[in-house]
Amino acid sequence: MTESVSTPYDPADETAVQPSQGRDLFSKFDALIAEREALLATGVRDPFGLVMEKVLSPTRAIVKGKEIILLGTYNYMGMTFDPDVVQAGKDALDEYGAGTTGSRVLNGTYQGHREVEDALKEFYGTEHAMVFSTGYQANLGLMSTIAGKEDYIVLDADSHASIYDGCALGNAQIVRFRHNSVEDLEKRLKRLPAEGGRLVVLEGVYSMLGDIAPLREMVEVSKRHGAMVVVDEAHGMGFFGEHGRGVFEEAGVSDQVDFVVGTFSKSVGTVGGFIVSNHPKFEVLRLVCRPYVFTASLPPSVVATAATSIRKLMHAGEKRRHLWENSRRLHKGLRDLGFDIATPEAQSAIIAILLPDQDTTVRLWQALLEAGVYVNMARPPATPAGMYLLRCSLCAEHSSEEVGQILAMFEAAGRATGYLS
Amino acid sequence: MTDRDEIYAKVAELIAPFNKKGVELSEATTFAGDLEWDSLIVMDFVASVEDEFDILITMNMQAEIESVGQLVDAVDKLRQDG
Repeated sequence: MTESVSTPYDPADETAVQPSQGRDLFSKFDALIAEREALLATGVRDPFGLVMEKVLSPTRAIVKGKEIILLGTYNYMGMTFDPDVVQAGKDALDEYGAGTTGSRVLNGTYQGHREVEDALKEFYGTEHAMVFSTGYQANLGLMSTIAGKEDYIVLDADSHASIYDGCALGNAQIVRFRHNSVEDLEKRLKRLPAEGGRLVVLEGVYSMLGDIAPLREMVEVSKRHGAMVVVDEAHGMGFFGEHGRGVFEEAGVSDQVDFVVGTFSKSVGTVGGFIVSNHPKFEVLRLVCRPYVFTASLPPSVVATAATSIRKLMHAGEKRRHLWENSRRLHKGLRDLGFDIATPEAQSAIIAILLPDQDTTVRLWQALLEAGVYVNMARPPATPAGMYLLRCSLCAEHSSEEVGQILAMFEAAGRATGYLS
Repeated sequence: MTDRDEIYAKVAELIAPFNKKGVELSEATTFAGDLEWDSLIVMDFVASVEDEFDILITMNMQAEIESVGQLVDAVDKLRQDG
């Protein structure tokens, strides 16, 4: 649509609305539109407009008729095509239909929703589990509901957008500390007034750079200053800690964390979000959490696949081992080739390559795609400190041979673009 | 110098390393408009102001602060409250 068609304005008609004299509401996006057009005019493909025509497996897809290796999906444990998981979803579609058409608190809680919450309680060893329609909504719900006007939420400056948005939706006082700095966190906790509750928000793995939080120290400091603690384990569930619960388990602070937030859209391999907790009053959140109440619940097939996947993740020791092996090998291999990696060693299954500017990043991204591997491109404002990144996330289903092929593709793309000499 | 003058001088000193364009400072200088700071610079700068004066400037307060003068007033008030 190039121009709008409006009814002529009749000044004699008192009920008529005068045509807007204001500017086009879209004009605020002009700079972004121009930047994008200039970038695409150079002939590169749109890194944010990729379409997967077919998905063959957790690690392979067809893009523009060509088979590529997927290295940017967060599909850490490769559960998306697990035969038991897929079968559970098919059975639930047959037995319960395509969707619930209702909120969890009205007609949208089926047997499957209860079963996936039971699976979570068993996986985490907690008394309570609450499933949301996405991980984004789980954070939105917790942050906006648990802390009121007189309370303080203290969060890491590099927190995920869903945490910031949850704070913006609620009324609490929001205080930030410098990323992963225990000292900075403690300084701010010391300055809080005595009145009001305190919630410290941490993430196990920070997804932009793939670095992990010093949770042992941070949780200790938070508890010493009387704060409740929530840890988002979106990128840690499945392969950190003895039971795969996340970085907090590996850090040995399970008994001190008040809430764990997570997602089904990464290691679990479907979509959905959750909070688990041992707080005796936790269940009241089902009545007061707006992002839980005022949206439709997950389809029966989705909760069935999630429950099956979570139960299989309890016994996925071999997959975990292989995922870590892949991550460490890719990190070392890329560094040996001469790429600048955000972390000194593989701290998680995310390996982030630091690049100087948008042009270099997009050209390398495209050369990689042409060589046969898909990675994520990330740019400000999603990234910290204005960084341009190519982010790789490993999958337990990448074979050792595939990791070798990926490294060869990075070498070829690096040389083709002149980034590697 | 009054307390407020001292706060202004200190705030100006803390702005300097982030004032890449060498914008001339006054009470009316705005962070977003004149200094053209993005949210990342604001985070770093606010943390440095908080640590200098041993106060907390919540994100809720930051949303109301547009100019250098408003920041100086806020710091002045927070120090008295503290």
